[in-house]
Amino acid sequence: MFDYLKYVREENFPHIWCSGCGDGIVLKALLRAVDKLGIDRDEAVMVSGIGCSSRTPGYVDVNTLHTTHGRALAFATGVKSAKPHLTVIVVTGDGDATAIGGNHFIHAARRNIDLTVLLYNNYIYGMTGGQCSPTTPRGARASTAPFGNLEPPFNISGLAIAAGASFVARGDVYNAKKLETLILKALQKKGFSLVEVVTPCPTAYGRRNRMANPVKMMEHLRDTAVSMEKWESMSGEERAGKFRTGVLCDVERPEYTEEYARLVEEVRTDR
Amino acid sequence: MAGQQSAPKEPAVITVNVAWCKGCEICVAFCPRNVLEMEGGKVKVARPEDCIKCMLCELRCPDFAITVE
Ligand SMILES: Cc1ncc(C[n+]2csc(CCOP(=O)(O)OP(=O)(O)O)c2C)c(N)n1
Ligand code: SF4
Ligand code: SF4
Ligand code: SF4
Repeated sequence: MFDYLKYVREENFPHIWCSGCGDGIVLKALLRAVDKLGIDRDEAVMVSGIGCSSRTPGYVDVNTLHTTHGRALAFATGVKSAKPHLTVIVVTGDGDATAIGGNHFIHAARRNIDLTVLLYNNYIYGMTGGQCSPTTPRGARASTAPFGNLEPPFNISGLAIAAGASFVARGDVYNAKKLETLILKALQKKGFSLVEVVTPCPTAYGRRNRMANPVKMMEHLRDTAVSMEKWESMSGEERAGKFRTGVLCDVERPEYTEEYARLVEEVRTDR
Repeated sequence: MAGQQSAPKEPAVITVNVAWCKGCEICVAFCPRNVLEMEGGKVKVARPEDCIKCMLCELRCPDFAITVE
């Protein structure tokens, strides 16, 4: 048994998420990773934007900032720049991070600022009732695509890697133990670290896409999430409709706040 | 799942926080030993003696509502 209660604001429970929403499973994986690393809660800051996923920090007994839609990374950049010793964790949704907040997302990755970003990808705008997001799969139904979505989706992890993130992993809530390991690695990494978490929204997404009950959505994750090792041995045909999980990118690049401190030091000694 | 593994000697203590359980049935559906059941929209520990303490129910409960010791 893991004692989650020692890290949560118990007075806010039961949480607001729907029955079978994956967001609680992600939160639990995060708490286990934080516990394993022994992160001091006074030195931890959680920052989020707006959305169901962005409600996460409200349940955690650390320093928290619930900001405006799409802007979590901008606020987090401010926190980290002012107090680089803090562990700054950003929680965001696919809409929050890649629609309204798309620019903040690519530029935070490009800068390689030391933030750990948990991006809950449920393929939809959950909070506002199921509009298409930039990750809604082609053909999937949404309130704004009643006959099926025409747009090709973003590959979020691919986007972060291309923009310059130093650590990128993808996990899912069916494989909750593995998710904990991925989050732990992201927290350990100095630099912009993203964990894209594929997580079900039975209410706004499942209901429209023949997976109204939470168990169906979890079964779908079980059947479509593929480890890196297995992925390598699969043909193009076998990969259709499935996604890779694991560490997708782990490289060493100069980190922004360290570079900033170095520059300040250099300019000071030059004078 | 794994074959006819016998349950460990220390019996599992499975606790459900009924006030927090939202009845999603995830724990019931993926328990490899069929220990759990639904009753009146909440989970019920029907066969604790069969539990192998794999912890999957606790790991996947979105509502912090079930624990295994
Ligand atoms: C400036 C602004 N525009 C629009 C909204 C409405 N709004 C709230 S949450 C949301 C989308 C949330 O989707 P996502 O980030 O994927 O999170 P989820 O709810 O699915 O976890 C939108 C459009 C808002 N709050 N503020
Ligand atoms: S609407 Fe979807 S994302 Fe929001 S709490 Fe419900 S299931 Fe979760
Ligand atoms: S610990 Fe495993 S075997 Fe025991 S009730 Fe939970 S899922 Fe079933
Ligand atoms: S997984 Fe949790 S919330 Fe869902 S039925 Fe089981 S105990 Fe209840």
